[in-house]
Amino acid sequence: MNRKEIKILIADDDPDYLFQMKIMLQNAGFQVIAADSQAQAEEIIASVKPDLAILDLMMEKDDSGFILSYKIKKLYPRVPVILATAVSQETGISFGFDTEEDRSWIKADLYLEKGIRQDQLLMEIEKLLKK
Amino acid sequence: MNILKILVVDDEPGIRSGVSRILTRFTVDYPFMDEQIGFEVLEADSGEAGLAIIEREPVDVVLLDNKLPGIQGIDLLKLIKEKQPDTLVTMITSHASLDVAIKATSIGAHDFVPKPFTPQELKSSIENITKHLFLKRMTSKLQKEGKQIRFQFLQVLSHELKAPLNAVEGYLQMITNRQFGSSIEDYQEITQRAAERLKGMRNLIMDLLDLTRFETGKTPSVPQQVDIRALATAAVDLHKPYAIQKDVDIHLHTDCEVCLYGVPDELEIIFNNLISNAVKYNKKGGRVDITICCDGRAVTMEFKDTGIGIPEDARKNLFTEFFRIKTAETKGIQGSGLGLSIVKKIVDIYKGSIEVESTPGEGSTFTLTLPLPAAVKD
Repeated sequence: MNRKEIKILIADDDPDYLFQMKIMLQNAGFQVIAADSQAQAEEIIASVKPDLAILDLMMEKDDSGFILSYKIKKLYPRVPVILATAVSQETGISFGFDTEEDRSWIKADLYLEKGIRQDQLLMEIEKLLKK
Repeated sequence: MNILKILVVDDEPGIRSGVSRILTRFTVDYPFMDEQIGFEVLEADSGEAGLAIIEREPVDVVLLDNKLPGIQGIDLLKLIKEKQPDTLVTMITSHASLDVAIKATSIGAHDFVPKPFTPQELKSSIENITKHLFLKRMTSKLQKEGKQIRFQFLQVLSHELKAPLNAVEGYLQMITNRQFGSSIEDYQEITQRAAERLKGMRNLIMDLLDLTRFETGKTPSVPQQVDIRALATAAVDLHKPYAIQKDVDIHLHTDCEVCLYGVPDELEIIFNNLISNAVKYNKKGGRVDITICCDGRAVTMEFKDTGIGIPEDARKNLFTEFFRIKTAETKGIQGSGLGLSIVKKIVDIYKGSIEVESTPGEGSTFTLTLPLPAAVKD
């Protein structure tokens, strides 16, 4: 599929992260729909089916990303979801899907740490879109 | 009802059945406990039988006779302390022999019941033990929760510090990649955005320094008589430029001379945080009214704004570190999420109180009461 036809939904309450992500993905040739909250993202998915979603974990609530991911998967089971968060190993907490148990309830396809290199992110997006 | 397991080890059947009968109908409760505590009694006619039970299932309390047919009470006590150090042991001694008592205590017996005992003596001994166990469990639970809170704090903190770093790094990357063109003017917006994030990060670090200072209890300044009116006037002046920019009027009302014994820096932080919030979360054309009065026993300071207000469900978390209300109205308003938690810490130091009243859409009022005279700090 041509990148121009691919809609990526990004949701993040950090306006700068949202802005940078949007520009980066647009430069890579994708269509981007940006939401700055869980509520706004929910409004968007009610009428638009994205081809992929990149969601921040903590927005209005600590688990906004999980909830959004769950809702997207319920509406569009085949749309890949990436969860991005700044919480990482440094804090001793990792939201990686290490165990089968995690995978069964966290309905996301990929977990990524914020600050990941652009080329790596684009590669991961390509991989998920091909599935 | 909570059930404590009690194992009675005694070779006299009369003692065992007596303990069983008395304790199965006995309950303990204290005003500070949510639930009553009841007892389940297990019986063993020898040290060996008792040991087998302990190895099979943990018990809370052992009532242990010293004179037993096989293994002696003192030796069993040692084994219990090795295998289950949390189990409390009360010795039953037929003739209060002092050296057995001393030896048992040094090994770790909690208490003694002389034999023969009355039901009341047994009950009061068990009551003491129950209280002891309850408090011990409460303490360890609270310690664990304390650790948990600490951990959460660090987790959120690192998130809050990393977010601006990521943003600034992202902007630098955009500049490096010449994403918007080759002229420096093309990057004015993003350098401004980056600077804004760094400013936010600086504020967070300043707030954190305040917070750690109060947490460790170390204050760099000496307590002294502080003229509250002068302090409030200075704080209002400090926020005037910001208020003008936001089109908010600040009014200070004081009808009396108020002096409070305290650390000027700490009291200044209270004013700065509450005034800055009242302006920050206000509406265009809104006002802030600060009223200070004193009745000889306490100073009351009221900070009333005509701002966006605080949703009901957010009020209970208002003084929690890093808690920020995320609604459409607060979008784009920067803050560390530490201001009110710092104010609360200071108010606690002064043994005062802080209360909030708020109507969403109409405004909020924070009322602080700091006791006089002298609010002597301990």
